[in-house]
Amino acid sequence: MFVTFLDVVIGGLIMGGIYALIAVGLSLQYGVGRVLNISHGEFIMIGAFTTLSLYTVFGISPLVSLAICGPVLFVIGFLIHRTLFQYLRGTSESIGAFADNSLLASFGLLFIIQNVALIIWKADIRGYSYLDSSVSIFGALFSANRLVALLFAVGISLAFYFFLTRSRLGKAIRAAAEDPTTAQAMGVNIHRVLAICFGLGALMAGFAGVLISMMYEMQPTMGLEYTIIAIIVVVLGGLGSITGSLIGGFILGLIGSIVTYFDAGLSLIAYYVIFILLLLIKPTGLFGK
Amino acid sequence: MPLYAQPYLVILLTSIIMYTIITVSWAIFSGPTRYISLASAAFFGVGVYVSAILGQVLPLPVVIAIGGLVSFILALFIGLLTLRLRGMYFIIFTFGISELIRHSLLWWESNFTGTVGRWVIVVDHTTVYYVMLVIFVMVLLTAYLIRRSKYGLALRSIGEYEEAATHIGINATVIKTTVFAISAFFMGSAGAIMATRWTYIDPRIAFDPLFSFMPVLMAIFGGTGQLYGPIFGAALFAYLEEILITKFPYYYMLIFGTILIIVILFLPSGLVGLIGKWRKGGPEV
Repeated sequence: MFVTFLDVVIGGLIMGGIYALIAVGLSLQYGVGRVLNISHGEFIMIGAFTTLSLYTVFGISPLVSLAICGPVLFVIGFLIHRTLFQYLRGTSESIGAFADNSLLASFGLLFIIQNVALIIWKADIRGYSYLDSSVSIFGALFSANRLVALLFAVGISLAFYFFLTRSRLGKAIRAAAEDPTTAQAMGVNIHRVLAICFGLGALMAGFAGVLISMMYEMQPTMGLEYTIIAIIVVVLGGLGSITGSLIGGFILGLIGSIVTYFDAGLSLIAYYVIFILLLLIKPTGLFGK
Repeated sequence: MPLYAQPYLVILLTSIIMYTIITVSWAIFSGPTRYISLASAAFFGVGVYVSAILGQVLPLPVVIAIGGLVSFILALFIGLLTLRLRGMYFIIFTFGISELIRHSLLWWESNFTGTVGRWVIVVDHTTVYYVMLVIFVMVLLTAYLIRRSKYGLALRSIGEYEEAATHIGINATVIKTTVFAISAFFMGSAGAIMATRWTYIDPRIAFDPLFSFMPVLMAIFGGTGQLYGPIFGAALFAYLEEILITKFPYYYMLIFGTILIIVILFLPSGLVGLIGKWRKGGPEV
């Protein structure tokens, strides 16, 4: 009984840690920058496949990949926002129109990135084994890579939380999320902050991708499902609340783990049911205003 | 349109018309109100499933009508649920509900039916083409009539400023829900006839999220300001897709994505907007 309980809880925390990372990434892009980035999952996929190639071709450890994929994707995300989305923000007649246009533009990105990945890595399901010996925690068995992934997901989430609440840039980001016009009047360089947010979103996606690749098999078309989960978590936590996304990720992960214990095929359905009920009853989410 | 041409042309035209039907019906509701619906896949897929289930027992026209009717009822239901939701919340809700239907069906079939997917009774290509054409004419006529009527004006004022529209006595709830359901009717009937061409369907094919995304992209590509915008957009886009898939199977998504981004960046009011600009600049050229 206790072992089953541990199985479900730790399994939920592992999933939740990953969900928290990807949701925080999307929350930065949508909550602050109003870009509902449908290509978010594609950055996760790039992180996962880059790690696979670095590990299988050059023997570089996935943990080192974290330090490579994160910054590289940050720069790519930053540049995409500086060019594509900043231009759209300038030409759209209202912020609502910008949200619609950027949603469509991110569809374009999804198609492009997925196609490039299909050319490089082909459509097959891939995977590699890394730290796959089992570790026993009070009798419940977990493979080492999942525990390492959990450790890093929680560590990155906490580090990000402190960055957001304690640092100057973090304050600027929160101010921009609250009210971009006022933030600008207070001396926040709004275009730079929004581009940094988008870059950080890509960085989080990259981190999540590296961790996912250690545990699960992957495919160039895997991105959209993670994007959808990220959207559900962001709505659960409250649109615009970054800490809400962090907590929401862990909540959804635990729910997923409990449902999976009864019937693995029902977990995605459970997510959608929660999502739809939430939108009907409390669309502002658990921590939204 | 005469059909003495090759069978390939018939198949190509059928899928172009199918996309045009979905896009024009999407634009009947979402164009003027600016509520971007991503539930098209749900309405289309329901039609596909009705056809798979009832195709063996009922004649084709009845199956198509039922396919449309079930989608109509589903849309009434979704419409009533989403009255409070606006903007991004409406978009993600409609997307969520069609994904919920897809995954629930998949789960149901793999747990209770035993097999995932079904066979659909086959109808010859020419019949499918003509039926599609009839639905196309009906959807165009409906779109035109709604646009010209006082309901079209009401829809546009809801899109401009919903509170103000309610204050001048427009019953936004009834109009929104009814028009949403009418647009779903055509998507459902298009799905019902399209299923017969596929011969085999499963929830992944029938409720493919691409059927939700494509009409939005196609309508915006063409421009939603005019009735002929979505028609142009869908026809051109669908043709382009077919050509790219056959000519550049490995790069077609890349080209597609690039075109999409260019259109959004440089043609915000779509092809129709471009034609309008060209007309205005006409005398100088």
